Formats: sequence, C-alpha cells, structure tokens
Amino acid sequence: MSLYETRRKNNAIATGLAWLAAGFGLLWLTLILGTLVYEGGRGLSPTVFTQMTPPPGSTGGLANAIAGSLLMSAIGVAIGTPLGMLAGTYLAEYGRHTKLAMIVRFINDILLSAPSIVIGLFVYEILVHPMGHFSAISGAVALSLLVVPVVLRTTEDMLLLVPGSMREAASALGAPRAMVIGKIAYRAAKAGLITGVLLAVARVSGETAPLLFTALNNQFWSSNLNAPMASLPVVIFQFALSPYKDWQQLAWTGALLITCAVLTLSIVARTLGAGRRKSR
Amino acid sequence: MTVVAPDGRKSEGAAQVTDLTLAQKIAPTVIVDRARALDRIATIDRIFHQLTRGAAIAVLIILGGVIVSLIHGALPAIQTFGFGFLTSQAWNPVNDNFGAWPAIYGTVVTSMIAMLIAVPVGLGVATFLTELCPHPLRRPIGVAIELLAGIPSIIYGIWGLFVFAPFVQTHVQPALIAGFAGVPLLSSLFAGPPYGIGVLTASFILAIMVLPFIASISRDVFETTPPVLKEAATGIGCTTWEMMRYVVLPYSRAGVIGGVMLGLGRALGETMAVTFVIGNAHKVSPSLLAPGTTISATIANEFTEAVGDLYTSALIELGLILFVITFVVLAIARYMLMRLERMSA
Repeated sequence: MSLYETRRKNNAIATGLAWLAAGFGLLWLTLILGTLVYEGGRGLSPTVFTQMTPPPGSTGGLANAIAGSLLMSAIGVAIGTPLGMLAGTYLAEYGRHTKLAMIVRFINDILLSAPSIVIGLFVYEILVHPMGHFSAISGAVALSLLVVPVVLRTTEDMLLLVPGSMREAASALGAPRAMVIGKIAYRAAKAGLITGVLLAVARVSGETAPLLFTALNNQFWSSNLNAPMASLPVVIFQFALSPYKDWQQLAWTGALLITCAVLTLSIVARTLGAGRRKSR
Repeated sequence: MTVVAPDGRKSEGAAQVTDLTLAQKIAPTVIVDRARALDRIATIDRIFHQLTRGAAIAVLIILGGVIVSLIHGALPAIQTFGFGFLTSQAWNPVNDNFGAWPAIYGTVVTSMIAMLIAVPVGLGVATFLTELCPHPLRRPIGVAIELLAGIPSIIYGIWGLFVFAPFVQTHVQPALIAGFAGVPLLSSLFAGPPYGIGVLTASFILAIMVLPFIASISRDVFETTPPVLKEAATGIGCTTWEMMRYVVLPYSRAGVIGGVMLGLGRALGETMAVTFVIGNAHKVSPSLLAPGTTISATIANEFTEAVGDLYTSALIELGLILFVITFVVLAIARYMLMRLERMSA
C-alpha cells in the first residue's frame, strides 16, 4: 500500500472516530434529557406547585421544596453577589497586576470547581455545629459561598472587556477612580454583570450536596430561617432513593423543574452576554 | 468654571484667565466648597478601593477557613487513627473504628475509569466541532453541549438510578460476566452477581457527566490555535488527522491537559451523580461490578445520620482528604491553562 493510501486511510479512521464520538456523546445526553422530559412530564400538574411534599402513599406536590429552593437561593445570591462583585472589581480595576490579585484569581478558580460537599462540611462546622441545629440560613450561606467564585470570575471578565479608552476618557474629565468604575465601567458591563449573577443562580439552584447537612429537609411549609427547610434537590435525593412509587414520580418531576429552570437561566444569561459582545 | 485635574490642581491656561473676574467675586466659597468636595471624593475613592480589596482578601479567607475548619473538625479522628486512617479498610460505626481506604480507592477508581471514557470521546467531540461538523450546525451543537455542562449532577444521578442501572443489570453485566469468564485477569475484574449499581455504573455516569465539560473546554482550547498554522498544515498537504495530530494538539497540549484535569477535579468531588448508583459498600473489591463507595458518597449518605463525635470527625477527615486531592488536581489544571493563556497572549 502506498504512503498516500495509508495516510488517507488513517485520516478516514480518525475522522470516523470523531464522528462516532460526537454521535455517542450526543446520544447519551439526548437520552437523559428525553427520559427526564418523559418521566417528569408525566407527573406535571398544578398540584405540584400548590401542595406540600406528601407522606408516602398519599398525593402531594413540591410547593414547600420549590419555595425553600427559591428562598435559600435568593438569600445565597444576595450574600454572595456583592462580595463576588467587589472582589472581581478589585481584580479588574484597582489591583489588576498586583500579586494579591494574581493569588486571588488562582484561588478563586480553584474554589470555582472545588467539591461542593466540602463547602457543606465547612458551613456545618462554622454554623450548624455552634448553633446546634440545622437551619435554612446555614443552607443559604453554603450556597452563597458557591455564588462568590462564579460572580467574581464573570465580573472580572466583563470589566476587562470594557475598553480602557473609556476609563481614560472619564479620568481625563476629572472623574475619580471610584466614579470611573461606578458610572462608566459598571454601566458598560451591565449586561455581563447580570449574566454572572444569572449563571450563579443557575449553578446554585441545582446544588444538593451543600444543603444535605446545612438546611437538611422539612416536610412542611416553613419560612423560618432558623429552622430546617426543604429544597428541591434534597427532596429529589430523598424521594428518588425511597421505595415508594409516588415519591419517585415526584422526584422525576422535581428534576424536570430544576433542569428547566437551570436551562432557562443559562439561555437568558447567554443571550444577554451575546448581545453585549455584539454591541461592542 | 475652571477645569480640575483628578488630583485637584487647577489647569493652566486661557480658561482660567477668562474666569478671573467671576472667580474673584465668588472665589472664597467656591474654593472651600471645591476643597471639601475633592476631599469627599478622595475619601469615597479610598473607601471603595479598600472595600474591593477587602472582598478580594475575603476570598482567600474563605479558602483558609475551609481548610482550618476541616482540620479542626477532623482532629479527633486524626488523633485517634493517625496515618493508619488512610490505609485502613475498617468502617465500623458501632466500634468507632474507621478507615478511609475503600472510599479513597472508590473515588480514584471511578474517576479514572470515567476519564478513560470521557477524555477520548470528549476530544473526539471537540475535533468534530472544530473541524468536521457542517458549519450551520456548529454553533447549535456547541451551545447545546455548553448548556449540558451546566445541568445539575443530581439529574445524571437520578437517570442513572432509574434508567441506566436496571439496563446495565439486565443487558450489559450478564454479558460482561459471561464474556470474560474464561479470561485470566479480566474475569476477576468482571466477576460477581450483576447488581446493576456498582463501581462500573457509577464510573459511566460520571463519564457522561464530565463529557460535555471536557468537550467544551477542549473545543475552546483547540480554537486558540492560530488559523495560519492550520492553513499552513493544509497547504503542505496534511490530512485533517495529521493537522490535528501534528499542529493543533501540540499547540494546545497544555490547555487540553488543563481541561482534562479540570474534568478530573469535577469527577473526584462529584457527589450526586455517584451516590445514587455506587452502592455504598465500604469494601475494596477487585470486581468492577461490585458495589463500592466514594468519599463524597460516604459523606452524603452518612453525615446526617452519624452519631458520636468520632464518627462525625472521621467523615470530616474524609472531606479533608477529598479537598486536598481535588485542590492539587485543580491547581495543576489551572497552572496548565494559565500557561496556554500566556502563550496565546
């Protein structure tokens, strides 16, 4: 066989394998999403949103879990966003080339993909253990610790996209640094900053591990931040592992709800971010 | 009005001269007001600067706090078991005797198998997306894969438990057991009753979970290769495969390794995708079909039910071990990715 033919054959094999890999990967992912829509959609009804999580054997919904998830995510984002945004501002504006910024950037990137269950353990150690009981607020704190790295990273990236000439123009008019950042850089990067927050919400709303031993679970409606609170992921975890058919059905439905929420958030964040890049 | 530079000096020149008469009339109050205003602005600036700096330092404190609190929580277990904790296979809450080896072993083995599947497939998908996919489909498929990378892992876990594990139990595992029955080494890898859940199933779910992640990072990294290099390769007659193998891969090697390590970091620390299907058995079994456990699965399953300080402490020490392992892996990953960034900058 000539060298030319061998090369062509190798190329055909390699590209064929790449096609196969793409097909293989997409097959599993569509399979998972397909099953999720089918199984979750079967249990979708208004009662899911209006009734509490039931004891086994009776009908019910996920209302308390949905409310708990929303509340804890909201508090988590409310705590984590300012911290992440301020730190991101330092990295992009005041201390762009300082040693501190370099170290924080590195550490933040590690926190970004650190195992979330460890964050749960950390919050258990500093909040749940001293308080003596599980509580919604410690769940929210655990979530906020996951929000910080996401917001920090996007804030820095988006501020870096703001052209330096804009900052220089503002400084030339006599605006002090804080005003340049607040009135010029933040406004120019607004869509991007919102993207960061949305991505953080998306990340946090599906997190199970850090809630398992901070907020725990609650079978009833609760808005008491000092008491255990139900959340969708934890309810899914508990119900899916149970032997009861109706609990398992609710787990599927909850999983579908979370996936829809996360996908919607990511798509909105993505379009916002894309609009930002095009208008630049 | 005169123009004021950021540091408060009046600018020289014509503007100042024409304003002179006006300035003489209102000068005293204006100057005092201006000085006060400048003072206030400088203070605000300083406060904002220190605030952002404080927030940046807070991130470091969080990391420090995680490490310190984990060590503090693990102290009773560390004092009781010493280094033997890492190698001991015991896990007996009744006698308060704990060892981490089965969990460490399960974590490492499931992640390794997952990477063995996900890396070649992920690189294949990335190659497909950058070189082979018809242009109109590139963006939609790329976006879909990025979106899938953001789906919560509990979704993969619940699918694994209800759909994949039963399928594996009835179709795949019996075939594996029968197929490798006579082969010397492999027969012990694929031995035992087909439970459905177990190390192999968990690894596969993990692989599917990190696949979109590795694929989208590798694609981004492949795209950093300057088009000129690729065109040059095609220009001297390279096939697509040769261009990937001898131009794109060498150029983006650091980034690919970084992306793979990031994926590994995810896989090692993953909790929910694994906990459902690993079987939670504290033992090291030579068979991949047998149930096992991982560090995160152990913590997730047992932490809220742990009674006794030593039990809790042992679980926290497991968390500490996991954190150290993933920290090292992720640090290497970031270092590799930073090197690529510097190269392409």
